[in-house]
Amino acid sequence: MTPTTWRYRGAVASRAVAAIGGGYVLTSIAIALIALALPLPRADAVSIATLLSFVIYTCAILWVFATSSATRAWVGIAASSIALGAVLWLAGRMA
Amino acid sequence: MKQGVVVKQGLRQSMSWVHTWAGLLVCWLLLLVFMAGTAAYYRHEITFWMKPELHQAANAPTRIATVDAAALAVRGLQQRAPDASGWLIELPHERNPLITASWTNPPKKGMSREERRNALRQQNFVLDPMTGLETAAPRDSRGGEFLYRLHFDLYYMSALWGRWIIGIAAMSMLVAIISGVITHKRIFKDFFTFRPKKGQRSWLDAHNATAVLALPFHLMITYTGLVTLMFMYMPSPTKALYGDDQNTMFGEVFLNADRSQPARVAAPLVDIRPMLQQAERAWGQAPTRIVVSHPNDAGAQVQLVRPSGQQLSNIEPSMTFNGASGALIASTDAPSTTLAARGAIYGLHVAHFADPLLRALFFICGLAGCAMVATGALLWGVKERQKYAKIVARGGKVGFGVRLVDALNIGAIAGLPVAFAVYFWSNRLLPPDAAARSNLEANCFFAAWAACAILAQIRPTRGMWRFQLTLGALLLGGLPLLNAFTTDTHLGVTLFAGPALRAVAGFDLVTLALGLLLGWAAWWLGRTSRKQAAAGARSARGAAAASSTAQEAA
Repeated sequence: MTPTTWRYRGAVASRAVAAIGGGYVLTSIAIALIALALPLPRADAVSIATLLSFVIYTCAILWVFATSSATRAWVGIAASSIALGAVLWLAGRMA
Repeated sequence: MKQGVVVKQGLRQSMSWVHTWAGLLVCWLLLLVFMAGTAAYYRHEITFWMKPELHQAANAPTRIATVDAAALAVRGLQQRAPDASGWLIELPHERNPLITASWTNPPKKGMSREERRNALRQQNFVLDPMTGLETAAPRDSRGGEFLYRLHFDLYYMSALWGRWIIGIAAMSMLVAIISGVITHKRIFKDFFTFRPKKGQRSWLDAHNATAVLALPFHLMITYTGLVTLMFMYMPSPTKALYGDDQNTMFGEVFLNADRSQPARVAAPLVDIRPMLQQAERAWGQAPTRIVVSHPNDAGAQVQLVRPSGQQLSNIEPSMTFNGASGALIASTDAPSTTLAARGAIYGLHVAHFADPLLRALFFICGLAGCAMVATGALLWGVKERQKYAKIVARGGKVGFGVRLVDALNIGAIAGLPVAFAVYFWSNRLLPPDAAARSNLEANCFFAAWAACAILAQIRPTRGMWRFQLTLGALLLGGLPLLNAFTTDTHLGVTLFAGPALRAVAGFDLVTLALGLLLGWAAWWLGRTSRKQAAAGARSARGAAAASSTAQEAA
């Protein structure tokens, strides 16, 4: 194994950014949506959504490193963020 | 793009990679957090040990009634700080034998963190539980509170920065734990595997054993730790449901949050004795804490709190009274299931519910957490060094990364116990009336740690391991002796005294045990290195020079 090529380093760095930054953005959007969607008093909804955040974030990070390429990781994180973000935006407009 | 640069070989390999790096990058900070957090399970006991002036008063055979104790504390506060923004009175209970009263003023603009700390430190007094009279001011020390704060606020920086840094480390830890579990498909089989004296294998087994043994605890403590500050780390649900009005959210979620505002109209605080009696009738037990907001104002509120007892939640039952009229305003109702669940998750982390035995178990699990982090950090160095085995055998040097990690490991694993011990030694040896004494104690902690870390960077050798472990063993194990020479409440007294001094005896015994543990580690390290040296001399007499270099590097 000769992992220390610049290509390898770039791919690792790219995944790290996708996992830490992209994962955080995706998690934030997802839990905001969960908070809005839960049919509960808002103190309960905000608690449940925030409690779930660390589970979602962990899953996102692990998936980014488990998937087959850095490109795939970025596409997956970005696409789901945009899709959920659109729903969140619509929900905000309707409210 | 080339497929799977990081993850050529499937899920377990990629998770192993994540486990290694998520763990390694934060392990030294995590070790500090784990050690300070483990100590913080006994922060009241540590604080008590660090204020020996209070030991005699606490050991009093009889106590005045709670109601009278509270009234005396209020009288003292009225004399000193009638216009404070808040008062806090702690009444005697299981883990606190004394009556303590403190007050807070609104922070003045432009006050530095240091000035605020110094001001707060002087705003308190202690009453003797037997006579109700004020005790002589104990030495200025933050005691266990320093360690408790250190484990999520750090020091020498604003609490906000500290909490974000700790949060990132905790999140890395969570990722490391989950990826570690995925890596070990034979997790339970591995737990029963221990191959001692086999170098890397042994470290791996030790890491597996300490990690798996207390895995539920590690996972719980990491997740619940994140939960304690979750509204700060993950603000988006709050933003979605409350907009920018965070305070309303805190009021609704943390049922005890104080939302009262001063009316800015003077009105004397009424006698609090009837309130205490009312609470005692309702609960069947006396409150242990009294929080007065805006005393002597028409908007004053008196909140009486009792411990939540054996229930998990950190939401403590309380009754709130109007401070100007004495009327009951509210008593905490049963929280909704979700809020109770959040409270329980938070409560699990701080373990206020735990009886002595369970608390001891949490403490031991915390030590196992330290061992897990330490063995994991060591394992990386052992594995990585094998890549350099041939180079070292030829008289070459190990890479920069290995040397750096070795040095950081010594500075953290062997250096931190020294820092803790020096903190406790400084408590007894610094002059009792030194200015800003509690800051000096904290500076001693960090100075000792910095010295260990720098020495380790200069010479990251086996000899340095032994030196720092031995130093830690002597300092920690010597604490009971130091206590005997500097106070009247040494083990010979505390072991046979009443329950009030049990905390002091416990502190001495636990530090002695930890000192012995470090001493054993130092002895074991010395024995193995002598054995290896002997074996090395037998097998490679010709290459004596190369061998000694290898020993040095190992």
